[in-house]
Amino acid sequence: MLDTTYNVETPEGIDLRAQAAGPVPRVLAYAVDVFYRTLILAALGIALAFADRAGMGIWLLCSFLLEWFYPVFFEVMRGGQTPGKKAFGLMVVNDNLTPVSWGASLLRNLLRFADFLPFAYATGVISMTLSRHFQRLGDFAAGTMVVYRQAEKTATSLPEIAPLAPPRGLQLQDQQALISLAERHEALSEARQRELANLLEPITGKKDGAALDYLRSVGNWLLGK
Amino acid sequence: MKQIDFENRYRDGWEQLEQWLKSGDTDGTAALDLPAAYRGLCQQLAVAKERQYTNQLIDRLNQLVMAAHHRVYQQQTLRRNTWLWYLLAGFPQAVRAQMRTVLLATALFLLPALVLGIGSYHNDALIYSVMAPDQVLQFESMYDPRNRVLGRERGSDSDLMMFGFYIKNNIGIAFRTFAGGLLFGLGSIFFLVFNGLVLGAVFGHITRVGFVTTFYPFVIGHGAFELTAIVLAGAAGLRLGQSLVDPGRLRRRVALRLASVEAMKIMYGTFLMLVIAAFLEAFWSSSTALPIALKLGVGALLWLLVIAYFALAGRGAPRPDGAAHPENRGAA
Repeated sequence: MLDTTYNVETPEGIDLRAQAAGPVPRVLAYAVDVFYRTLILAALGIALAFADRAGMGIWLLCSFLLEWFYPVFFEVMRGGQTPGKKAFGLMVVNDNLTPVSWGASLLRNLLRFADFLPFAYATGVISMTLSRHFQRLGDFAAGTMVVYRQAEKTATSLPEIAPLAPPRGLQLQDQQALISLAERHEALSEARQRELANLLEPITGKKDGAALDYLRSVGNWLLGK
Repeated sequence: MKQIDFENRYRDGWEQLEQWLKSGDTDGTAALDLPAAYRGLCQQLAVAKERQYTNQLIDRLNQLVMAAHHRVYQQQTLRRNTWLWYLLAGFPQAVRAQMRTVLLATALFLLPALVLGIGSYHNDALIYSVMAPDQVLQFESMYDPRNRVLGRERGSDSDLMMFGFYIKNNIGIAFRTFAGGLLFGLGSIFFLVFNGLVLGAVFGHITRVGFVTTFYPFVIGHGAFELTAIVLAGAAGLRLGQSLVDPGRLRRRVALRLASVEAMKIMYGTFLMLVIAAFLEAFWSSSTALPIALKLGVGALLWLLVIAYFALAGRGAPRPDGAAHPENRGAA
């Protein structure tokens, strides 16, 4: 299937699911990181200017650390997210979807240079585009990948309406459709929900508000309210 | 069981777990049996999927399972004494385990150096084939015995600056030499040969010009660490390249994963050696106050030390705890 879903089966027999992140958000996230790094270096340069040559030494040291270890620090200490990745909701994980470890993070960032060659991350982007889970060469060697961090979902409320038993012989699919209609009563516009409810007019014999209320009641009942 | 009943039955447990995951286990207030809670949660997710409860519930449970899974299976890489063991035995053992690759890297570095070294000793013009004229001039002025200061033209206050420079430049080169190995070894070969050529040319040329008394005391000390480290970084890179060129009976991806575990064992130590080298180069090699004989003596001692370390350290030493080295992840 043409899909970015990545599944890992755990020893408990559960499939963990994640969405692999493609080249575009990753390149953008990298650009954000480069921006932050440049900013830090510029600020350091100004702050260390008074220290003359010793300041220059410290600045060179910092620029070395930023170049090679900035991503490592954030990936390991901040849950797989550099500031750039955080801005785009991405995170680095091991390919068994566990948090990335020191060794793996170091390796994938040391090998960044190979992905950079011959210029502007050409190798890395080609490798990402060709591989199944958008991995650059460093990801392959380190056994890591970049996935979307799922947003925290807030619990949804059900419509305030008395539950009503459905007619007999309602198929599983129909039940699920009614349940999700009830669950999504806040996400869809009222007009769209009525429109959907009207599609069932030949069966329910109701229109507009009444039809929607009826379907919601049945949905509530099916959910066990 | 209807979905809402199911939710009501287990909600407390989920919220407790969520709370625990957020706060972390740093404060002992919210004691929780994580494995048990996690297994229970997995079972509930499986049941929810089997009963085809709504996507919202399944997504929520899936997220919770994932967060708990991270906690249960997180890899604790930094155990006590691991670093000490690595320094005393693990690093030289890893290098010896890749002896053939290390020898190949040494040859790739030394042969070009030897050829161009001898060449530019006998031929004045040869150095210009690898370096620009103003660079050559710069080198000559650096090691001119009439100079009061060695190394780059500088006052002693700027040792720190040169330290920063050596760290950024030399370690950057070593890291690139390693990373280049990922391109079927070609990058590592290029950096090894190129650095060998430049090194040989400079040695030959400076010797020819006759700045021996300044040049050799300067390079011998940190050279023991720096040159060895560059060769080791190249060897680690070649190991990566070898796994891609000749993966044996494994798939290339798997071979690369295994090889990178081996390579990283070398790279940690290489990084450390380069830091030592930068330190020596900035604060020791450049000193003009020390007599030449002392610098040569200490330099020779350092070379002996490095060679003895790789030849002897950790021979016959078993693992401290018998467990797999933490960097072995992926090798299982």
